[in-house]
Amino acid sequence: MILYKFPWFNSICKRMSFSREEVSKLASLACLAQSADELDTTRDKLTSIFGLIEQLQAVDTTGIEPMSHPQDATQRLRADHVTESDRRDEFQQLAPQTADGLYLVPRVIE
Amino acid sequence: MINASLTELRTALDARRISSVELADLFLDRIEQLDSQLNSFITVDRDHTRRQAEAADARIAAGTAGPLTGIPLAHKDVFCTEGMLTTCASKMLANFTSPYDAHVVERLKAAGMVTLGKTNMDEFAMGSSSESSFFGVTRNPWNTERIPGGSSGGSAAAVAARLSPVATGSDTGGSIRQPAAMTGVTGIKPTYGTVSRYGMIAYASSFDQAGVFGASAEDCAQILSTMAGFDPRDSTSLERPTDDYLKDIRADKPLNGLRIGLPTEFFGDGLAEDIRVALERALDEYRKLGATTVEVSLPNAQLAVPAYYVLAPAEASSNLSRFDGVRYGHRAAEYTDLDDMYRKTRSEGFGAEVKRRILIGTYVLSHGYYDAYYLQAQKLRRLISEDFTRAFETCDILAGPVTPTTAWKIGEKVDDPVQMYLSDIYTLALNLAGLPGLSLPCGFDTGKLPVGLQLIGNHFDEARLLNVAHRYQQVTDWHQRRPTP
Repeated sequence: MILYKFPWFNSICKRMSFSREEVSKLASLACLAQSADELDTTRDKLTSIFGLIEQLQAVDTTGIEPMSHPQDATQRLRADHVTESDRRDEFQQLAPQTADGLYLVPRVIE
Repeated sequence: MINASLTELRTALDARRISSVELADLFLDRIEQLDSQLNSFITVDRDHTRRQAEAADARIAAGTAGPLTGIPLAHKDVFCTEGMLTTCASKMLANFTSPYDAHVVERLKAAGMVTLGKTNMDEFAMGSSSESSFFGVTRNPWNTERIPGGSSGGSAAAVAARLSPVATGSDTGGSIRQPAAMTGVTGIKPTYGTVSRYGMIAYASSFDQAGVFGASAEDCAQILSTMAGFDPRDSTSLERPTDDYLKDIRADKPLNGLRIGLPTEFFGDGLAEDIRVALERALDEYRKLGATTVEVSLPNAQLAVPAYYVLAPAEASSNLSRFDGVRYGHRAAEYTDLDDMYRKTRSEGFGAEVKRRILIGTYVLSHGYYDAYYLQAQKLRRLISEDFTRAFETCDILAGPVTPTTAWKIGEKVDDPVQMYLSDIYTLALNLAGLPGLSLPCGFDTGKLPVGLQLIGNHFDEARLLNVAHRYQQVTDWHQRRPTP
């Protein structure tokens, strides 16, 4: 593994480490399944990635306004009028399972 | 004809030396002969292309052709194209035929351009090597053992190998500029908000921008002019007068007095010697053209990597939550209940890198970690943006490398995501600030792999950026070099 000769990268801050349980919980939140093997690989890779991300903590950002969008763009509003047409039938051609204009999924309510 | 500029193609089409159908066939035949070695295309539909070419020929015959009518192009498979597969290089959308055109596709279609096909890319635009595609890796036409860069590797490779004269791409963290540099073509990412993201499958919404690859800055300028402009369907599309990106090129604007800022942090350790040498030579050419160079500093630029790899995955985790097997795309074949369906569908449909980024995003947005990571990264975004604002007080554009090294071997970094992420060191910062950036070829390394020069402009300064690239291309011929065949 060849690291670039970036001086700053060599001074890694406190490295955090993920546990299998944490990865499993994250996967559950993200609706992703992880097999036992995958959990270990994912844990190692995430730990390594967060080693890089920890660099953020070295910076004092007191008093700095967070920036969500370039040019501090904000959501444009429009008049509350219907402008879209009904293309449901066309769009439902793409769906795995439909009936009577509804999308079918496994039963949720017993 | 395959090496002709867009202007030359227009002349040939108008003079009836070649028809749109013949031109499309020329490129389609090349794709058929050569793309098995490169895998730069995911979808090619000759009938679809022919119909568009015939319509273009009709317009030319009727005298209603515009500057781009009948000229072929390829679209990165991140753009929805009506009636054609739009896969985003993912199993999740491998069966998805889009019911609508992206804004970019609509604009170029209205101009009469002819779609040759959809190009390969990193899955969901997440990657720097075009190795994570569900449809196999794309290879660099200069050396097929090497990556073409990513995520728009297919578009870059197609233009480099002259399988298409121009191609669209998207750039979230460097995904146009980096493959352009690695394949020796010109690529531009415009200012955030100038090209509508409607129909461009979302990765990180506050970073994503559509752009274009071409053999020259002049070709890119023509396409970009047609793509840009306000679109009410994209909530981040800017309402401002349309820019004419060709104006400085057409006015033959000389570069006397142009101040090129060189960020100290981009020329430090970690930059390959071959690249440094090629950049120095390029800067000398610029000095001969009348420009001056000045050192500037982007003190927080090195933090662009961790900041980006918190913010972009966070946005991705939100954007990709729409893929659940309910309304379109892949659905798992077997499942016990709804949650199981979601989990299996998403686990089967997404590749490893995509899943990793979703997990990173989920973590940094979760309760207890949001302030330390996501909010902190947003504050760094502000600092990095301000660095650029300050730098532009003493210069007109910035110049520097695109990549720390030239194209690496396929498979070399695939198991080491951190190495992959670090290679984006020079491209990420401007996506955080929303600035326009361009990569143009400026030489080769000792292994005959292309080197790119990055030009970074202030907001909305694309016309100048393109002209600065164009002037260099008038006195050098790096952009005309072709890999064989």
